[in-house]
Amino acid sequence: MLNIISKLKQKGILGINRRNAVYVFENNSRSLYQLVDDKLRTKKLAQDNGITIPQLYGTIRSHRAVKDIHGLVEQYSDFVIKPAHGSGGNGILIISGRSKDAYKKVSGNLLDREDIEHYVSNILSGMYSLGGQTDVAMIEFRVKISPVFESISYLGTPDIRIIVFRGVPVMAMARLPTRMSDGRANLHQGAIGAGIDVTTGVTTFAVWGNETITEHPDTDQSIRGVEIPDWEHLLSLSSKCYDITGLGYLGVDIVLDENQGPMVLELNARPGLNIQIANMAGLEKRLRIVESKGERLANIDQRVVFAKKYMRHS
Amino acid sequence: MKTRYLFLLCFFLALPGVILFTYKVVALGFPISPDTMTEVWNIEARITFDANEGPAPSEVNKIPVKVTLHLPRDPFRFKIMDEHFIAHKYGLTVIEKEGNREAVWAIRKASGMQNIYYKAVVRNATAGDVKTDEVEPKVGAPNFDGAYLTAAREILAEAREKSADVNTLVSEIVKLLNGATHNHNVQLLLGRKNSLVHRLDMAARILALEGIPAQVVHGIRLGDMEKDAKIKHWLEVYHAGRWYPHDPVIGGPGVPERYLAWWKGSEELVHIEGGGKPDITLSVSLNQERAIENALARGSISKPRLMKYSLFSLPVETQVVYRTLLMIPVGAFIIVILRNVVGLQTIGTFMPVLIALSFRETRLIGGIVLFSLMVGLGLSVRLLLERLQLLHVPRVATVLMVVVMFMLFVSILSYHLGIQLGLSVALFPMIILTMTIEKICIVWEEMGALEASTQAFGSLLAASLSFMVMSIRYVQHIMFVFPEVLLIILAVTILLGRYSGYRLFELYRFRYLAE
Repeated sequence: MLNIISKLKQKGILGINRRNAVYVFENNSRSLYQLVDDKLRTKKLAQDNGITIPQLYGTIRSHRAVKDIHGLVEQYSDFVIKPAHGSGGNGILIISGRSKDAYKKVSGNLLDREDIEHYVSNILSGMYSLGGQTDVAMIEFRVKISPVFESISYLGTPDIRIIVFRGVPVMAMARLPTRMSDGRANLHQGAIGAGIDVTTGVTTFAVWGNETITEHPDTDQSIRGVEIPDWEHLLSLSSKCYDITGLGYLGVDIVLDENQGPMVLELNARPGLNIQIANMAGLEKRLRIVESKGERLANIDQRVVFAKKYMRHS
Repeated sequence: MKTRYLFLLCFFLALPGVILFTYKVVALGFPISPDTMTEVWNIEARITFDANEGPAPSEVNKIPVKVTLHLPRDPFRFKIMDEHFIAHKYGLTVIEKEGNREAVWAIRKASGMQNIYYKAVVRNATAGDVKTDEVEPKVGAPNFDGAYLTAAREILAEAREKSADVNTLVSEIVKLLNGATHNHNVQLLLGRKNSLVHRLDMAARILALEGIPAQVVHGIRLGDMEKDAKIKHWLEVYHAGRWYPHDPVIGGPGVPERYLAWWKGSEELVHIEGGGKPDITLSVSLNQERAIENALARGSISKPRLMKYSLFSLPVETQVVYRTLLMIPVGAFIIVILRNVVGLQTIGTFMPVLIALSFRETRLIGGIVLFSLMVGLGLSVRLLLERLQLLHVPRVATVLMVVVMFMLFVSILSYHLGIQLGLSVALFPMIILTMTIEKICIVWEEMGALEASTQAFGSLLAASLSFMVMSIRYVQHIMFVFPEVLLIILAVTILLGRYSGYRLFELYRFRYLAE
């Protein structure tokens, strides 16, 4: 056991306790959490700063207004419902189409009008929110999957998670939905995590559950060596999220839309540690590089150059 | 800087806890183990005399009767408590005189046989009981003259020659007086009165010649059971600021452990005016007593302020509540370790502690069975309710009501089947149970059955472990008798709050990265 501990230390693997006690507490002021914990605020903040986000179709704030959802989405064939205070990707419902009066989930299952209303009222009651407090349901644009990912994701929309430390993108991964994850891009729920080399934007490893894989289990396409288009833009986008939130330790979730390009989907003040498994690399090692050498990075361009120089996959 | 502040804080939190704990154990004799027994002795002195015998027949009933009894006093080694003086119609005063305590019973008129009792409980003294209230005694007058003075001086010179310090000097004098019948100095001094008491008295007088205060001590041996304890005698010598007992035969320092000093000097145990020769019986019996009761009883004698504000000063019902309440921090501490050091996933942070508390009635196996049963039944109802698409709060309330009904049902059914265990299901915290069911359900929907059962199992495991620790009698005893231990637990918890090492489960989670 001591052997494992020393090996993990040597590789700079970050544990939860250390992430919280050292990196989150020291770099993320608690007063800033609300900027990212409330997704409506995050959306507004991003939009005000010229960052592309999935368009918000509307919100439902009270049980009385639950039936309004049908009018809200009337003109859209597909959309996403999510709680404004959800955590860890919980409570997200993706509707991919219509069939008469019913709504179609990405899995093909149908939900009738009452099902949708029930789902929304559950969100309002705080079923998915962190402290169980009452919540707001957001209805927003459903991202059109970018051709890059078409072959290596099943059903839902893949996203790219970038860990940004003091403005420097330090580690990245793509989260690819599978049949098992029901189209959701959450590793806990069975999505694939594919590590991305920060310096090049090319995928390296991939893990599914606890195993390392090379092909997508549903599409049989190779996951390794996929190049993410416009990678440098993604890096500066994620770096900009540090500037607008002030969160020193930040997880930025970006989706690639076929027509509108990269969009910031969510920000996370306590991003998970699975990204290390997807990259087969330790986070802390890279955080230390930023701590020791990245002091005088004045702007986004400098930080991206710094990241492309030091955050190489090894 | 932050780390130093943290360690300082924890140190100053834990310090009073450690000090108080040590003080209570060492000085007040609080037992660390719940089953420690200590020895206490009940002693009794019975004085019987004929009030008609002493004075002239014509003066019977005319002169008052006065009985003086020396009382045991041995502050360095024993504590005398619960003293009772029983004498019908006699007036009583207790006085301190020349390092002795005396009880004086007096009555104006008495006739016939008189019975007087003195009863007390004797306990071993602990460090905290010792009171060095002894003042430096005056050296008694040696009372030698003429040839006796010369003989005494010669014995002293002989003893001094063979000795190096007070202890050895005393030893030599005692040995000379005890052993050497051929020594004519000794023969002269002792004459015909060659009893042990007499020899010890002589030793004290010779020591007085040297300027060393010494006195004869009379006492009894605290045996297991003695109906008629014999009075023992030994010598006590004052040096280096206190009295030291010396063996009556070889003169060396110390007397056997269980010798209780009763009185000092050359007086008799009992002195009676206006009555006949007394018949005195001393008896001793040994009692085992729980150490905690002993410590508490002794505390109520010396009354340290600490005792007044201890949990034992509360009403018994409140004490019972605190016995349980004090276990909750222990449970919370276990949870901190399980979550932050081990990395166990549980549903609800402190839910397992509350479940563990209810296990106290059901015991472990019964608790696990009942808990699983209730959660299983609740889950199936919850899944059925899912189809009705109820609003969140009414749905949780519905599950709560169904849980209560299940509890009723299980209790009634098991009672009629003769299973007592089923009755204790009523003690399950139903709100907690309901929230648990709701949370398991959400985890199930969001992350699948595997994750849900992992977390449910983790919670049950945490509850079982907390229960097992909380039900260790040792732990319960320590927490209740030494609530200051909470400060230590608090300090460690705060330290763990800054623990930034790997969790045990992370070693498994990241195991491929360690290759």
